[in-house]
This record gives sequence, structure tokens and C-alpha cells, in this order.
Amino acid sequence: MYIVIVGGGKVGYYLAKHLLHDGHEVLVIEKDRKKEEALIAELGEISLRGDGTETWAMNKAGLSRADIVIAVTGDDEDNLMISQMAKSKYGVRRAIARINNPKNEHIFRLLGIQQTVSTTEIILAQIEREIPAHSLVHLMTLREAGAAILEARVPEDSPAAGKMLKELNLPDDFVMPLIIREGKGIVPQSSTLLNAGDEVVAVTTLQHEKLLEEILNNSKK
Amino acid sequence: MRVIIVGCGRLGAYLALALDKQNHLVTIIDRNSDSFNRLDPNFRGTMVLGVGIDEDVLRRAGIERADAFIAATNGDNTNAMAAEIARLVFNVPKVIARLYDPIREETFRAFGQIETVCPTVMSANKISEMLGNSA
Repeated sequence: MYIVIVGGGKVGYYLAKHLLHDGHEVLVIEKDRKKEEALIAELGEISLRGDGTETWAMNKAGLSRADIVIAVTGDDEDNLMISQMAKSKYGVRRAIARINNPKNEHIFRLLGIQQTVSTTEIILAQIEREIPAHSLVHLMTLREAGAAILEARVPEDSPAAGKMLKELNLPDDFVMPLIIREGKGIVPQSSTLLNAGDEVVAVTTLQHEKLLEEILNNSKK
Repeated sequence: MRVIIVGCGRLGAYLALALDKQNHLVTIIDRNSDSFNRLDPNFRGTMVLGVGIDEDVLRRAGIERADAFIAATNGDNTNAMAAEIARLVFNVPKVIARLYDPIREETFRAFGQIETVCPTVMSANKISEMLGNSA
């Protein structure tokens, strides 16, 4: 598939790296020269320097033959513009927008952008796991089905640090499928110990959305 | 008319005063309080501090009762998003967005129901016309 990513920050970089690894054709549009140079140094000539919300850049990127356009800049208004242009002007079938301000999620829906991700690069690593078997969409459906994917770092003084997962007494509809420790992903068992500094990814129903924060931070005071 | 203007730059501030003088009820939004210094001391309207693409800020500015909405920040994408929110989320009857980029303007207008003003095209046309007269 030909996938155009707009925004070459952390999210764009990791996403591009994973998608390339999976054998997709990837182009990243990034306006900042330093960021673009870093992308080239790391990933090779897969970038285009320019403002991805401008038509010349979209034309040069060959947006009309893109299978997926993913807008992951740090500005919601830019991501909205990119997704809308991709769909309406270039006929791209699937446009996915990152949302930085969670309040904007329903606005994006109302404005015709159904597929949104309001998370960080750690979640994108999770999305990447979905790609070989399914497509990016399934994760969004999951959200629409009333579930949420969350990530958080275990603080230094967290009461959860040094505990086994099973000691946290997580409810049935709350799972931690992934821990990132020193840059490496671990699929934890119930006996896995949480360390301070770990980044954890949790999948939960919306009902228990607040639980992750409570587990990691409560009784801190 | 109740008019909301987003962006208190040169256009926003100038327009706010002009509309106020015509006895419209003007509310102007900007995310930077210093921007309100551009307003004429005689401006009688309301100033709201906040981001023009934030629903809560827009509600605070009275968007639910607004007759017209003008997006005049210095960012095309912000203007486009603000205008779409005003039109499609809050059903403001008259929505106008200022967009500098002619191509984006063209594309955006196709989304419908929002009017656009492109100073780039207007200035270029005017300048060509002026040059034409002196040829």
C-alpha cells in the first residue's frame, strides 16, 4: 500500500518506521528542515519537505494514488484540513487524523473524519501490531465500541511500582497487553513486575477509563 | 445582528470596529490578550479570551445565538476549522472564513455552506488591474 504520513515528529517517525518495516511504500511530509533531515538519516529518502496542508506538497506527494493518508501533526486544525483535502480533493479512501485535544474528537466526526487517533507514539506501536492481520480501521472500531486504549508512565513513587500485575486486582474489562521498558516491548504475564519508568498500555471499557491513573498514582499523597 | 469574529489581528480588529459602528453586536475572540490592544478605544463590543476552535470558548462567546461568524485568524487551517465548527456544529446561518491560500480556498468552498474571502486573489486582481490601466 502507498501510505502518506503528514507530520514527521515522533508519531510520524515511528509510524513510518513500522509501516516501512511491513513493506509498505511510505512518504512522510514534514516542514521542519531539521526533523526532515533526521528522518532521512534514520529511514532513508522517504520524505518530502513542505507544509502538508499546502496543495503543492500534496500534489508532489502524489496524494491521489495514496491508499491511506495519516495526519499526525501537533495541530488539530492542520490534521483536519489534511484529512478533508485528502478525501475531497484527492479521493483518498481512507484518511486517519491524530487528535491532540480530545475535545475535538466528536467535532472531527461531525465534520466527516471518522477515523481518529488521540494518543501518542506508544499507541502507534500498538496500531502497528494490528496492521499485518487487519488494517488500521479495526482499532478505531474498537473505540467506537466503547473501549479505550490508554498509555501512561509509571511514576518514580508510584504505589504500583514493584508490584506484580495480579496484585493490582484489575477488573475483567481492563487489561494491560503491553509494557514498554527501556524502549523494548514486553507482553506481560500476571506475574510480571511493574517498574518505575515503565510505559504501560491498557485496553479498557470506557467505564474504567480513569482506573489506570488511579492505579499508578493513588495513595501517593 | 449578533456577530462573532475569531482573531483580533489587523482584519479582525478593523472589522470589529466597523461592524460595531453599524450597531451590530460584536464579540471578538483571540487567544492572546495583547491582541485586544489593536481594538479602537471606541469599540463597544465584547472580548473573549480563548482559542477559536474550542467549543467551550465559542459557547462562552455566545455562538448558539450568533447570526454571523467570521474566521479571521492568521492561520488558514484554524479559520477553516473554526468556520466548519460554526456552520456544522452550531448552525450559525452566515459563516465567512478568510483564507490566504487560493487553492485551499477553492477546495474549502466546495465543502459548502461557508463563504470564503481570499485576500491573495483579491489583491492580485486589483494590482493587475492597476498595472493594466497604466500600460
